[in-house]
Amino acid sequence: MKDVPAVDLARRTTVELVHRLNLNGDLVDEMYFGQVVPSVLTPNIAREVSLLPQFPTSIPAASVNRACASANSAIAHGADQIRNGYARVVIAGGAESLSNVPILHSKRFSETLVALSKARTLSQRLKLVAGIRPRDLVPVAPAIAEPSTGESMGQSAEKMAKENGISREDQDIFALRSHRLAAAGTEDGRVAAEIAPFFRARGEPVSTDNGIRTDSTLEKMAQLRPAFDRKYGTVTAANSSPLTDGASAVLLMSEDAAQSLGYTPLAFIRSYAVAALDPGDQLLMGPAYAVPKALDRAGLTWRELGLVEMHEAFAAQVLSNIQAFESKKWAEERLGRSEAVGQVSRDTLNVMGGSLAIGHPFGATGGRITLTLANEMVRRDVQFGLISVCAQGGMGFAMVLERR
Amino acid sequence: MTIFTTDTQNGIARVVFDLPGESVNKITAEVRNELEPLLSQLRGDANVRAVVFMSGKKDNFIAGADIDEFVRLKSSDEALQLVRGGQQLVNRFGQLDKPVVAAIHGACLGGGLETVLACAYRVATNHPKTQLGLPEVQLGIIPAAGGCQRLPRLIGVRAALDIILAGKVVPARKAHRLGIVNELVHRAILEEIAMKAARKLAEGWKPRQRKGGLASALLDKNPLGRRVVFATAEKQVRNKTGGHYPAPLAALDAIRHGLRHGIDAGLDREAKHFAELGVGEVSRKLVQIFFATTAMKKDTGVEGPAPEVQTVRNLTVVGAGFMGAGIGGTAVLRAGVDTRLRDTNLDRVKSGVDTARKILKDRLKRRRLTKYEHRRLDALVSGGTDWSGLGRSDLVVEAVFEDIDVKHQVFRELETQVSDCCVLASNTSTIPIARIAEVTRHPGRVIGMHFFSPVEKMPLLEVIVTDQTEPWVTATSVDFGRRMGKTVIVVADHPGFWVNRILSPYLNEAGRMVKEGVPIEDIDRSMKRFGFPVGPITLLDEVGLDVAQKASLVMHEAFGDRLTPIDGLVRMIDDNRLGRKNGRGFYRYDKGKRKGVDPSVYEVFNVDARPVPDGDIEKRLVFAMLNEAARAVEEDVVRSPRDGDIGAIFGIGYPPFLGGPLRQLDDLSAGHAVDALERLSQAYGERFAPTPVLRQMADSNLRFYPNS
Repeated sequence: MKDVPAVDLARRTTVELVHRLNLNGDLVDEMYFGQVVPSVLTPNIAREVSLLPQFPTSIPAASVNRACASANSAIAHGADQIRNGYARVVIAGGAESLSNVPILHSKRFSETLVALSKARTLSQRLKLVAGIRPRDLVPVAPAIAEPSTGESMGQSAEKMAKENGISREDQDIFALRSHRLAAAGTEDGRVAAEIAPFFRARGEPVSTDNGIRTDSTLEKMAQLRPAFDRKYGTVTAANSSPLTDGASAVLLMSEDAAQSLGYTPLAFIRSYAVAALDPGDQLLMGPAYAVPKALDRAGLTWRELGLVEMHEAFAAQVLSNIQAFESKKWAEERLGRSEAVGQVSRDTLNVMGGSLAIGHPFGATGGRITLTLANEMVRRDVQFGLISVCAQGGMGFAMVLERR
Repeated sequence: MTIFTTDTQNGIARVVFDLPGESVNKITAEVRNELEPLLSQLRGDANVRAVVFMSGKKDNFIAGADIDEFVRLKSSDEALQLVRGGQQLVNRFGQLDKPVVAAIHGACLGGGLETVLACAYRVATNHPKTQLGLPEVQLGIIPAAGGCQRLPRLIGVRAALDIILAGKVVPARKAHRLGIVNELVHRAILEEIAMKAARKLAEGWKPRQRKGGLASALLDKNPLGRRVVFATAEKQVRNKTGGHYPAPLAALDAIRHGLRHGIDAGLDREAKHFAELGVGEVSRKLVQIFFATTAMKKDTGVEGPAPEVQTVRNLTVVGAGFMGAGIGGTAVLRAGVDTRLRDTNLDRVKSGVDTARKILKDRLKRRRLTKYEHRRLDALVSGGTDWSGLGRSDLVVEAVFEDIDVKHQVFRELETQVSDCCVLASNTSTIPIARIAEVTRHPGRVIGMHFFSPVEKMPLLEVIVTDQTEPWVTATSVDFGRRMGKTVIVVADHPGFWVNRILSPYLNEAGRMVKEGVPIEDIDRSMKRFGFPVGPITLLDEVGLDVAQKASLVMHEAFGDRLTPIDGLVRMIDDNRLGRKNGRGFYRYDKGKRKGVDPSVYEVFNVDARPVPDGDIEKRLVFAMLNEAARAVEEDVVRSPRDGDIGAIFGIGYPPFLGGPLRQLDDLSAGHAVDALERLSQAYGERFAPTPVLRQMADSNLRFYPNS
């Protein structure tokens, strides 16, 4: 998919949404799309989506960046606009093309280029060009590291695994589970139904995720070398989420609008919450803080949740957060609560697998998780469901969905 | 009546041309009468140092000369008088003792362009509506108000020939590149810039003349080079027109004569040619076609008051094969509708989506679309294997396999998903629409939309109505077909509709000749000479022998012995010869390129090729078609002879200079046609027996077009 920029993924996905939901584009009031690594050519990806010919040109649109929770935030923004009465119909989602990350020039080379464009005379230009050194031409690739600590995501996960005592085997078991459930969902069509086939200029139509491994075994996974701490580490490529390309879009409406337009909602948004912690601490523990907030806002306890969708950045991260949810001590120390957040049942957790298998296109993931949760809530006739997403910068996002 | 308003400021007279009661400016007798004294007055006015000439219409400069006036011409003398008047007027523009600047926004065509060519300076807007050209030859005449003289002098012989011989109209940007206009500006500052140029010219400014470069020096300015250019152009024209259209050659002669003997001699030559062509048969026919297609653009497709038209915004095409994808891609390109292609598996959908997108991509490559327009249109193409998007569609066009059971299943499923105001169309060429409609709950919204392949290139659309089709459904389909850029005829739900109906006996006859041993080259050559773009055997190869065979069986079933299919066709198909598409047909193909006739075809037909008298080839083929056309008109297959003729010209390439099969029957007279058919009938068989309506017409001396 490296030929396809994120904006095109977002546009195609939205066109598919229009058709699948038989949507009249004139009805849409606003759009929000998440993207984490924007292209300098289309910094506001959401506006490029709202300028699709299926819509009037008058739909304002904003792009949202809350790292891996960007699409979730886009959905939350849309819901807020509707709740405020500022909009009736909103399209929200996200997109990312991680095979299309911008590669930058070195600072010195960029400065020279800018100066060249301002230079008036030939001699000025020649002087500037003469000043370029070979090392200036080495491109700079953006790293997935915290600007505040310099620690990469993988290093953070590695640190969490060690500090929380998450074993390599537990991580591998969890990752294998993710692949098996995603494979089962693909097999029976539940995952496939959520995918818009993509027709590339060349090659076969793309209609399945290529990260899901049907043939994985614990033995094979155990053979992989740790990626971030070669000697004593436990985080490997097999128990981390692959960085992929993708887009997601959901249709949000006020209850009135849905009724008058004849749409039956999959689910209602009951509440959401965001939280942040010191990135120098356990970077990906945000959900453990956001979830109790969202549950409080929903007026619910964990026991009332029929389904939970946790974004799987790393198996170590999911298991660390589960450990925190289930720990009375953690709740007392970190949240000042007397009770643990809740007991996590594997039967209702990520029942179609998660990002470890399906992949993690940063800006898009939140929309996928939201749709999967809503669809499964319908299928299992569940009243309440929870989403949790960890995000760069020590942030967490949580949302409670409800069926009425 | 005031056509021109003039006001003078600071020595610059601003003349605004605004023909009352018309949406566009054209050069009529009144215009000429009012312009004459105005020019005299400007000449005499010492306060006026320069003139800016512009249009008062919204998006039009001058559409050309008044075509009605031209049609009324009775004789060469009248034509000569008309053209001389025009030439003198344009000359006076050029010979005014003060510079004239033309400020051009909107179409500037024919006599309009010839007028501004005589001006000292031309400023045009860079607006898409601004187009310049000399389309005269398309009406069988030539630019005769100095266009053949001034354009080559302005932009060089080669560029001028390119425009004049093909009757081209070019966008403002290209006109600027060619040097037809001196400056290209935004619409908001057109007048200001024209005024500025007028002031500078009044002060003696000499605008820089374009220099043509080496090629121009060799070919445009050098008599020897010019001779080569003219010889090449003449050869191309003869090739293209087959000698049937005299106008391009006349224009060529006027240009050559003018360059050799000076502008006055050139003008004389222009006038002479115009006087002959203007009252000639070819021009008459081309003008009739022009009027017919213009009238058809306003035709709702139904009798009586115009029904409410549903403007199609969302289209679903069922069946993403070559035809379906062509319909989808053309709909996106021309009508800008959101188009969903549906087929049964993803690979077929993808191939359809690719084909549709390729139509857009080709336009981008040929710079007919900008990058941004292309991006917008490309997003209108999507596809899937389910019925998603159907609920929001205003029109569904079914283009699945030609099998009644498959079509019935599609229409049954469609009806459960679509909204009440969605039109259901079938692109069938062989199955009666009424039979398809049988399985629907609302047969009133079922209609036929018969496109021709390749859809993006073929200009005709047959809209087929059943007894039950509701008027709004017809009007909606006609309106949409027109938005797709098609010339639309509404035809009755009879086997073969119109185009295939008249084509069927013609192709059968061609096949019969092959069986008789008439050389295939002779058959095709004969019809090309007659004026068809390709001969019947070539056409069979292009259409596909399996497709033709299938259609001919349907026709045989419907009409009996008269339309007995060629039995050799089955043997051709058994021999795996399907025509161009599999590289084996009556002709040989090598990597998609056509080579000569495949001599082994005669073995398939079990015959030895032997030449026969040429005249009968043409007569047999043409009269097979003419007879059937008369019969179909009698059966009310088309709504008017006009629709029938336009359908034949745009659907089959019936020679435009003959005006169509029904025009031709009129020109021959029914009596003569009956005689010819009787002779053919005796010589070749009952199938040529003149249809009763032709006999009646012959007896009562009637015509298909009573008034002209």
